[in-house]
Amino acid sequence: MRLLLALFFALLIGASLGIGVADLSSGDTDAGLLLAISRWPRTAAALLAGAGLALAGVVVQLTVQNRLVEPGLTGTPEAAMIGLLGITLLAPGASILLKMSAAAAAALAGTLGFLALARHVPRRDPVLLPLVGLVYGGILGAAAHWGAWVTDLMQYLGTWTAGEFSGVLRGRYELLWIVAALGLLLWLAADRITILGLGEAQARSLGLDYRQTLVLGLGIVSVTVAVVVVTVGALPFVGLVVPNIVSRLRGDNLRANLGLIALSGGGAVLAADVIGRLVRFPYEIPAGTVFAVAGAGIFLWLLHAPRRVRVAHG
Amino acid sequence: MIEIEGLRVERDGTPILHDLSLALPAGGITALIGPNGAGKSTLLLTLAGLIGPAAGRVRLDGDDLHALRPQARALRLAFLGQDQAQVSRLTVREMVGFGRWPHHRGRPGAVDRAAVAEALEVFGLGALAERPVSSLSGGQRQRTQIAMAHAQATPLVLLDEPLSALDPRYAREVMEALVAMAHDPVTPRSVVVVLHDLGMAARYADRVVAMKHGRLAAAGPRREVMRDAVLSDLFDTGLKLREVEGADVVLPA
Repeated sequence: MRLLLALFFALLIGASLGIGVADLSSGDTDAGLLLAISRWPRTAAALLAGAGLALAGVVVQLTVQNRLVEPGLTGTPEAAMIGLLGITLLAPGASILLKMSAAAAAALAGTLGFLALARHVPRRDPVLLPLVGLVYGGILGAAAHWGAWVTDLMQYLGTWTAGEFSGVLRGRYELLWIVAALGLLLWLAADRITILGLGEAQARSLGLDYRQTLVLGLGIVSVTVAVVVVTVGALPFVGLVVPNIVSRLRGDNLRANLGLIALSGGGAVLAADVIGRLVRFPYEIPAGTVFAVAGAGIFLWLLHAPRRVRVAHG
Repeated sequence: MIEIEGLRVERDGTPILHDLSLALPAGGITALIGPNGAGKSTLLLTLAGLIGPAAGRVRLDGDDLHALRPQARALRLAFLGQDQAQVSRLTVREMVGFGRWPHHRGRPGAVDRAAVAEALEVFGLGALAERPVSSLSGGQRQRTQIAMAHAQATPLVLLDEPLSALDPRYAREVMEALVAMAHDPVTPRSVVVVLHDLGMAARYADRVVAMKHGRLAAAGPRREVMRDAVLSDLFDTGLKLREVEGADVVLPA
């Protein structure tokens, strides 16, 4: 099984490196250069963005104790966009790192706002919270659109909202490696985040510093989402679908599943990107669009699938 | 030994507990009873250190409970609340294992694994150890939670209505598990438990604390508190305690 997955992964990466308008084997183009400047960065960007969003998803789900929530349903990307708009207006020449920091700070504020809202949402029906998040994100998104409209920055907003990888080139995606560092940080904090998932009372009675852990977890989520929005644009559903499938198969222990969640997220987004490159070859469909179509279907299945859980140990 | 002095607790600005003073000696099972809205859960949350007092003080073996750091507190008391927003997919072993977290903070050793194995054994969860908690019945989940508190190995264990949603068989199993914890020959614990089922309180508690309108109505050994007049007054309805075939039962009067 593991071998099969590894093989599938290798094939996926091979396909991503091989598929494109320019034919690597024709001899007309410098294949090495093309790989180094475009194909490899694009592949790495898809893997990193997918891994980061999947991990961000599981952190949000454990934090609010609701499996149907993901960073796209907590106003996080919309808040990041507001931060980006703000820094673009205040300091148009700011470095990408500064822009990312502004986006991350705004994303954290937006996510904490969602959390404050979530405290007032009845917990009986788990579908209610994602709906509230959808509305909350919609309001923030509308604010971002209004801001972009009056300042004539609608084009920027377009690149931030539609996740796609065709523009990824060497020198323009490296910020995404922050996701790898955050993944490591998350691995160190994995037990604490798992304990958060047991609920506030339980977590605090186990001696966890609840607030500190909450801010750490949501900080990781916010920086991840900000980095992804800045470099490739928002990708919905990744953080919802991937952790849910992994949780169904392997349970809720974050430390044990973190690697699998990251790999699956990266693989899923890369697969979406490869499919997007093939469907209308030589034209492209954004990976975010491909993923949204598949993700919506899986989301409906998650809502209605039987609650039975199988646990595979391996 | 828990000493409560002049405790006043507010939630969202509304006073819930008024000037409560009470001393609970160590050991045995103490049942907290009283009508809905009496402040039983609030008192338990305060004893767990999860809510701070607006006035007064709680001492645990002489130390101010609310001045303890969270980690130190988690080594001295375990709390089992009612709010499980989402059923975890951790396995039973993983869940019970997190009870050891205050001891190892992420680096479990042989002592921790042994404590988990013992807790699984005591609560008859051995065969379920690798099953996800979400696949268990209500009674099994509750037993898992109590096993987790057991593994935490604290001198004090606080439980908020652990019998809610349990059928008679599981309710009885849970109460007997609490008795086993309280009277464990190696490490006896003080168990404080909120109970709605007065029959359970009459059968299993060593001491009973009765609360009404955020104040203490009565407290003492079970026989002193579980009397017809006290119960009827407490719940504003006629109640009588009778012995039926050796067991105390509460009947409408």
